[in-house]
Formats: sequence, structure tokens, C-alpha cells
Amino acid sequence: MSSLQFDIAHLLAGCLVLASFMMLYQDRLYALLNVYALHASVLALSVAWQAYVQQAPHLYVTALIALVFKAIIIPVALHRIIKRLGIHREIENVIGIGLTMMAGIGLVALSMVVMLRVTPSADALAREDLAFALSVVLLGLLIMVTRRNAVSQVVGFMSLENGLVLAATGAKGMPLVVEISVAFSVLIAFIVIGVFLFRIRERFDSVDVQELDRFRGERR
Amino acid sequence: MNALSDVLSQGAQMSLVLGVAPLLTGFVRKVKARLLRRRGPPLLQPYRDLIRLMRKDVVLADNASWLFRVIPYLIFAGTWVAASLVPTFGNGLLFSWTADLIAIIALLGSARFFQALAGMDVGTAFGGIGSSREVMIASLAEPAMLITVFSVAMIAGSTQLPNVAEFMGSDAVGLRVSLGMAFVALTIVALAENARIPVDNPATHLELTMVHEAMVLEYSGRHLALIDLSSHLKLLLYVSLIACVFLPWGTATADAGVGRLVFGALLYFGKLAGLGFLLAVFETSIAKMRVFRIPEFLGAALMLALLATLLRFVSGSL
Repeated sequence: MSSLQFDIAHLLAGCLVLASFMMLYQDRLYALLNVYALHASVLALSVAWQAYVQQAPHLYVTALIALVFKAIIIPVALHRIIKRLGIHREIENVIGIGLTMMAGIGLVALSMVVMLRVTPSADALAREDLAFALSVVLLGLLIMVTRRNAVSQVVGFMSLENGLVLAATGAKGMPLVVEISVAFSVLIAFIVIGVFLFRIRERFDSVDVQELDRFRGERR
Repeated sequence: MNALSDVLSQGAQMSLVLGVAPLLTGFVRKVKARLLRRRGPPLLQPYRDLIRLMRKDVVLADNASWLFRVIPYLIFAGTWVAASLVPTFGNGLLFSWTADLIAIIALLGSARFFQALAGMDVGTAFGGIGSSREVMIASLAEPAMLITVFSVAMIAGSTQLPNVAEFMGSDAVGLRVSLGMAFVALTIVALAENARIPVDNPATHLELTMVHEAMVLEYSGRHLALIDLSSHLKLLLYVSLIACVFLPWGTATADAGVGRLVFGALLYFGKLAGLGFLLAVFETSIAKMRVFRIPEFLGAALMLALLATLLRFVSGSL
């Protein structure tokens, strides 16, 4: 494998991590959705590049799924949900952005240390992909933890799934069936979450998940 | 012969940065004015301002200490030395072995330290506000700058600017996402350090949000001229630093002849004009931030720089 191929894969995976950080930084919902669409497009590009490098045509299908479902359909649907819920002007933050960013950097460093230690025998492209994928997954979890709004938690969940796809394409020989079933299960999860969002709001007049804690009787 | 030409080219470099710095500021002001459909001051206005200030008497506050009088010279000397260390038209200068990125940051940092001291020396409220804000900005901008330097140095294998420029100009660089992030981080730091628009407004003198101008409010006459000249030099320094690290093409190498040097100088002017134009466009298209948002803006630079270093670790360890 030539170094240019590796460099481009590195570039795209690095951009994916950067897009995760941009999502962590955004506190407005529409901007968050736009960054999520960007995240998914970068993922599609990265997967397509892997397909080209590994000469695995079925990965092109994966890239297409990422582009159509995650970069177009889900953001548009979330846009409409936000509009119907009437929360498009809300700004939210649990802990300060600076602290979140530091935690994010720490997670990225952690995933690199872990992944580079445990995979010394794999080839460079897969190792690099796995390291970045783990950091995207952890950053997605961080987004879910630091947000109160249920919609942004959904976005965090979706970005986490993007990280899983990146990891799966980096490891050679993932069958297409698995990828399609994962994509559809995410879509179904999305629909279920969408239904839940409306139920939550009907019940509590808000999609702030702290209301749920209070409802369960937890002390704050 | 060799020693003579070395001294000549080093002297040319030092006088070049000093001579061109006000022109760059004038150019950026002119472009900004034209973008706002104003006519704007002539290109040479900064020179006229400096000459006028040089002729005027200095007015000192009664309780100004000796430090207040010495500081303009310290700031000017530090900034000038730092600015002339950055390679502009040629790499192989006499003092190029001292052109270390960390040394340049240290020079600028000490200049800033003295400036903050001067702001507080007379004891006016404005000076104190300016100094405290400047130090707040610096405490975020300097780590970001240092980490950016580390990531660039990890890629190029050296913190010496001529070596970095040479490496960046060669084919060995490849396509690196870390460099892109380092570029953005360095740009943000440069905007903050030069008191440009999203952080501070260079065109105002009396505003509650100003930072740089608040510190130098008590200066007049030749002291003010020196401080203004140093801020012109600082802008030139950052622009040529970005040009040197990220657009290193056309810089003359160590053993180049006069023709190559002249070509390098012309290209350098082109780079300055291009980057100055971009700066003006950026400044007219964005609004100034609230002071309390500045840490977030600079935090983004710090984050990008850290991320660049981390990504470089991954690709470097494979």
C-alpha cells in the first residue's frame, strides 16, 4: 500500500474525529444536525476510500447507505421533528464547553493509547482506523452524557454508530449482510426514539431528560 | 566575500521587515475600507502616522515610573528581533540557526509581559482592564501556539524555522490532516495575538471592550510610535510565519544567487498581499465577539492543536 493511500485514509478518519469534536462544541440544535450530516458525509467518503483501497465493492454499498440514510434522511427527519416540537431555538449545556473539550481530548488520547497497544500485529490502515473509530465511539458517548436534550442525545447515538461503521470497514472482510442489518436496526431505533420523543413531550411538556429523572423520584 | 554577503542578506532581512510592516497594516486597512465601500486612508498612512508621532513631544503621567519609559524600547526590540528571525525571502541567513520557533514565542511572550506591566504602571482603570484581558487571552493563546509548534515540529523533525520551511517545501510532507488543523489553530492564535476582529477591534480607541488599545492608552509621542510599529511588526511576523510554514514555495535556499533572492522577495510580497487580503475579507465578514466568548474561541484553537498532535502520534507510530 502506498503512503498516499494511507495518508488519505488518515485524513478522512481524522476529519471524522474533528467532526465529532464540532458536534461536541455545538450548542444549537440545527447547527448540531448540520454537523451530524457533515459527519455522515465524511464517513461515507472514508468508507468509499476504504472500498477503493481494499478493492471491496460491497463497501461502496455501505458508503451509499451512509450517505443516503445518515447524511440526508435522518438529519432531514430530525429537522422536522425539532420544528414540530418547537425547540429549534433552544440552547443547552450541562457542563462548560471547555471542560467537555478537555474530556474529549482525554478520550481520544485514551483510545489511541489503547488501540495502538493492543493491535501491534494488524496492518497500519486497520490499526489507524480502529484507533479513530474508538475515539469517535467514545466521543459519541460523551455527547450523549453531556446533553440533556433528548434530540441531541439521539444525534450522539447516531454519531456513535458512525464510529462503529468506521471500525467495521477498517477490519477487512465485513459481510454486507451485517452492514445492512446494522443500518436498518439503527433506522428502526431512530423511528422508535422519534416516537418516544413525542411521548416524552406529551407527558412532560419538554424533551429535557432531567424531567425523567425527577419523575422517577431521583434526587438531584 | 561570503561573510559580507551573509551580513548583507541578514541586514536586508532586518530592514525589510521593519520597512514593510507598516505597509502591510496600511494594505489591510485599505482593503477593509474598500470592502465597506469607503475610500479608506492611503496605503502609506501608517508611515505618516509614525513620522508624526515621532515628531511630537512625549506626555508622561506624573506617577509614571522609569519602567513606563523603558518599556516601549523593550517591546520594539523584542518584536523586531522576533520578526527578523522568521525567514521571509531566503532560508540561509546568518542568524538562521537562532530562528527557533520556541525562541520566537519566548520573545513575543516577554514583549507582552512588559506591555501588560506598562498598562498597569500609571494606575488608570483602563490600563488595568486592558492588561488583565491581554493576559487572559495570552494564557490561552500561548499554550495553543506552543502545541501547534510541537505538532509542526513533530512532522518536520525540527523547531528551526529554516529546516521546517525546507521540509514543508519538499515532497516528503505528503497529505497530513495534522497540518491542516495546525494551520487553523495558528490562524486563530494569530488573530487573537494581533488584536484582530473577532477578539479585539484594531480600529477603535475608546470602547469598553478594547484590549490592546486600552493598555497603550497612556502612551504618546515617540513611545506610542514605537508601540504602534511593534504591533505592525507583530502582524507581519505572524503573516510571514504562516507563509513560511504553510506556503514555503519559492523561498530561496541557503546557496542561492541574487536572482533567486530577488525572486523569493517578490514572491514573499505576493504571499503577504494574499494573506493580508484574506485577513481583511475575514475581518469584514465577521462580528466582534463578546469578551467572555473569547476563551471558547481560543479553546477551539487549543483543542485543534492538541488533536493535531494526537493524530500525528497515530500516523507516526505506525
